[in-house]
Amino acid sequence: MSIAQEKTIPFAWKKRTSKADVIPVHRARGFGQQAFIPAIVKGMAVSLRHFFDNVATRKDVATIEYPEEQPHKPERYRGLHRLMHREDGAVRCVACQCCSTACPAHCITIVAEDTGNSNEKRPAIFEIDELRCVVCGLCVEACPCDAIRMDGGIHAPPVERRVDSILGKTDLLKRGTLSAAIQGGNSSDEWRDQPLRPNADKLPSDQ
Amino acid sequence: MDKLKNSPENQNAFVNIGMLILIPIMAVAGIAAVFVVTLGWVLPGLATGDFQFFDFFSWHFAWDNPWIMSEWFQGLIKFVLLLMVVVMPFASLLTWAERRESAMMQDRVGPNRAAILGFKAWGIFHFMADAVKMIFKEDFVPAKANKFLFSLAPFLAIVPVFVVFAIVPFGSDICVGHLFESVPDAAVCTTRVTMQVARLDVGLLFYFAIASLAVYGTTLAGWASYNKWSLLGGMRASSQMMSYEVTMGMAILGSFLVYGSLEPYAMALYQGANPLHWGIVTQPLGAVLFFVAAIAESKRAPFDLPEGEAEVVGYFVEYSGMRFGVFFLAEFIEVIFAGAMMTAVFFGGFNVPFLESAGFNFGGHALALPHIVVLLIQTTFWTWKIVFFCWLQLMIRWTYPRFRPDQLMNLGWKQMLPASIANILITAAVVLAMQASASGQ
Repeated sequence: MSIAQEKTIPFAWKKRTSKADVIPVHRARGFGQQAFIPAIVKGMAVSLRHFFDNVATRKDVATIEYPEEQPHKPERYRGLHRLMHREDGAVRCVACQCCSTACPAHCITIVAEDTGNSNEKRPAIFEIDELRCVVCGLCVEACPCDAIRMDGGIHAPPVERRVDSILGKTDLLKRGTLSAAIQGGNSSDEWRDQPLRPNADKLPSDQ
Repeated sequence: MDKLKNSPENQNAFVNIGMLILIPIMAVAGIAAVFVVTLGWVLPGLATGDFQFFDFFSWHFAWDNPWIMSEWFQGLIKFVLLLMVVVMPFASLLTWAERRESAMMQDRVGPNRAAILGFKAWGIFHFMADAVKMIFKEDFVPAKANKFLFSLAPFLAIVPVFVVFAIVPFGSDICVGHLFESVPDAAVCTTRVTMQVARLDVGLLFYFAIASLAVYGTTLAGWASYNKWSLLGGMRASSQMMSYEVTMGMAILGSFLVYGSLEPYAMALYQGANPLHWGIVTQPLGAVLFFVAAIAESKRAPFDLPEGEAEVVGYFVEYSGMRFGVFFLAEFIEVIFAGAMMTAVFFGGFNVPFLESAGFNFGGHALALPHIVVLLIQTTFWTWKIVFFCWLQLMIRWTYPRFRPDQLMNLGWKQMLPASIANILITAAVVLAMQASASGQ
């Protein structure tokens, strides 16, 4: 439509003017472009290359065949919880409720009981609902005595019933090991005179 | 991951590619053996008692069953053989092959876990697992669906694609009684067995007539489901299939002019052992147009609008279990049939380069072969060509993006149909000119 014609139409749309740079993009024309023949050939070449490469050598296959092949887990991977042991195999946890307080998902339930020792409690019940857990790791940060860890490198397993996802003290202790940290709370002040880490020269596995 | 990548079975590229080619060749050789031995040796032997070299059957019984060689019984046996040995195994294996091949194209592994007694075979048993799953799934029929039409639709979809296999020639005629000698001249044959269920003079017209019945299956499925999405899918399916049937018929008309026949066996004979006389050389444009239209007919990507997963799930959105499985199977059988048609019309049918009825003939250097070996090679090659076209259709299905409905109609009516008509006109002119020059005018 020429400009002269445009003026004769009373209610014609006015051509908008903008200061922005407008780059008109024209659709590809011509038989070759419209029939997509170059694109068809190129696309098929890519498919064929990948097909024969992967059939021959599995060169590009990115699949991790999960149960047989484990994906790489970073050093600070947070996985399923575990409770650490003392030297006599008892639980390190002193039922201080730090972790359950820190937990944003309220998935930790601790019921404390008396040990007979005047300065320590221990958990009678220690339960973590792994379905509720948001795997933030705040419980591990909060623990003052290295009792709870998430470093096993195990992902929370799928369960058939919801109740199966609630792990009790026995389950959590099963994956636990001896901690290298010193259990605090000696009744006397003698510990101040002792070396800081009596077993520092030994690895936990040696003990 | 590194462990798997460096394991010895993944190191030798030649072994893997070789297995990809050799194992199907061995399998299709077995298929060919079933055809040739059953039709050329077992059935004539049962009919007349003459098992040629194997006389030990004949002194035991007195055989005289002429009805075995009657046309209807032979046709029945051939049809059952074709369906049970080629069509159904290929169709069910294609369900696995499609996922596996697409995985290989997309740098994945694909289904490889199904195993029988720990024998995995690249997960080939997934087709059995699929069948078991589909059989045991809930057979759901929507409350307001028309139950009769709803149940009828899958059969209307699958029966036509079975029936059209009747016209596919899968080997040259068997010369009964001369199986173990070289047959250079067909005149010695007294009894012939055709390697084709029905040799109809209308040939491919029969195919077009029956294949257009498949539209009823999809449209009825869409209508009877009482679901607007399935109705949309059914409408799309009917419009697409009807549009592309026109192009398909037009694309193949040029070949009719060249071969002078509508009958697939006559077409195969015309094409002969010289690849330069095959349809792909004489009718390249027709071959491409026919192949594209055949893919559009089978309603697979890039023409999968009737079952577009992203918008209308399609005419079988309400179908579950084995009813859906029947639609699924019909689609794969259409894939095989498109391959069979491409083979018959454009790729020499059962013909093998340089293989004539007496044996190989490399321009003077002849190698005489027994009749049965020639037949075996021909049927093996025929099956191998079909396998190739199935593979190619899977590659196409997983490579190209799908069309929009208007693009689909534009391609069908505005580009492919004019191209196919131009192909007919040019072919007709060339054929006329050659006839005129041959008759010396």
